[in-house]
Amino acid sequence: MSMEYLRGVSTLKLDVEKCIGCGMCVNVCPHAVFVVENRKAAITDVDRCMECGACAGNCPVDAILVKKGVGCAQAVRTGFLRGTEPNCDCGDDGNCC
Amino acid sequence: MAQNANVLKVSLSPKLNPVGQAAPGTASAGYSRADRLGAWKARWGINRMAYRVNPGLYALGAPSAASPVFATANYKLSFDALRVSLKGVDAWLLVLDTRGINVWCAAGKGTFGTLELARIIAETGLEKVVSHRTVILPQLGAPGVSAHRVKAYTGFFVVYGPVRAEDLPEYLRLGRATPEMRRVRFNFTDRMILAPIQLVHFGRYLVPAAALLFLLGYRADAAYTLGALLAGGALVPALLPWLPGRSFAVKSAAAGLLVTALLALAHDQTPAQFAARALIYSAIASFVGLDFTGASTYTSLSGVKKEMRLAMPAHALAVAAGLVILAAGRFL
Repeated sequence: MSMEYLRGVSTLKLDVEKCIGCGMCVNVCPHAVFVVENRKAAITDVDRCMECGACAGNCPVDAILVKKGVGCAQAVRTGFLRGTEPNCDCGDDGNCC
Repeated sequence: MAQNANVLKVSLSPKLNPVGQAAPGTASAGYSRADRLGAWKARWGINRMAYRVNPGLYALGAPSAASPVFATANYKLSFDALRVSLKGVDAWLLVLDTRGINVWCAAGKGTFGTLELARIIAETGLEKVVSHRTVILPQLGAPGVSAHRVKAYTGFFVVYGPVRAEDLPEYLRLGRATPEMRRVRFNFTDRMILAPIQLVHFGRYLVPAAALLFLLGYRADAAYTLGALLAGGALVPALLPWLPGRSFAVKSAAAGLLVTALLALAHDQTPAQFAARALIYSAIASFVGLDFTGASTYTSLSGVKKEMRLAMPAHALAVAAGLVILAAGRFL
């Protein structure tokens, strides 16, 4: 039984030097990827990261980098067909998510 | 990103005059039969994009200037989850304009975002309504919001509440979210609630295709086509943790193979024909099930891209090979 996604694909990076240990990343991560120990954040299991970007956007010192995006095949297809980045903006077809 | 933020900071200074300060609306914590029916329809994709509430500030119960402020999206299912969970609490509900999209998806796009939050705080004149400077956001709004930027633009502190609105009473009692409240889940109910949308989406193509096959006399293939739809659209969500592999394409192909094999029990055909249909209908189920990545709560863009690079050519090859085998059997 497994609800873990592909290993070794996440683009998440943490710059421990910059980190001030505020813990915002721990608060916003929906998959408990971060812990704060000794006033520094650490990544526990990078393969749990779904690249939602919540941590990077809420890090006040820009210590986190991740190529944010939606893990959605339909969005990847739409992006590919339109020649844009994957996105779930579905314009006027009236069936968005 | 950082450069952008500076530009926005200038154009969205909190000193800008709030536009159109309307009196707050009211909301109740009751959940009626009409709400239940509306929710059911939205889940089946019936008029889903019109299932909205007006953005703005709502009074729940009899809130005072000291009452907490909770932000949410203007998708009615999101708004309902919040107001119903806050039964018995006097609070302000701040509804962002996410164009009828739920909090998490809207946050992914940025419509539940820093700027929209700043805009709605200014437009509703929130700083005059409440005496404190805290807005409680659903945790899943975080991908679209930078708490420190909201503070800089509006003076309001963003506090992230739990992932699920139903945990709010406990969150308010404890004064903080537990690690369990901070994690998204994807249990059986969470998955099955999303299955109808998948079925409706792909049913638009596959049900007419099956009907056409049936009318052309390919009755078995009509059944296999519907089987592939059910495999990818319903079996994948239902059996997700138990289907083999981590890749959704692989899990869904397995579900497709299972259904094709079950249907084949009632269908007299040569082994080669079975192999051909296994290829075709597993590929269709895999294509359908791969889209469940978008509904899932744990797939990443990098991962989906990686598996699509392999799955798309594999689907095309499998269908082509299956058709060649079927045609060869017919004409040789």
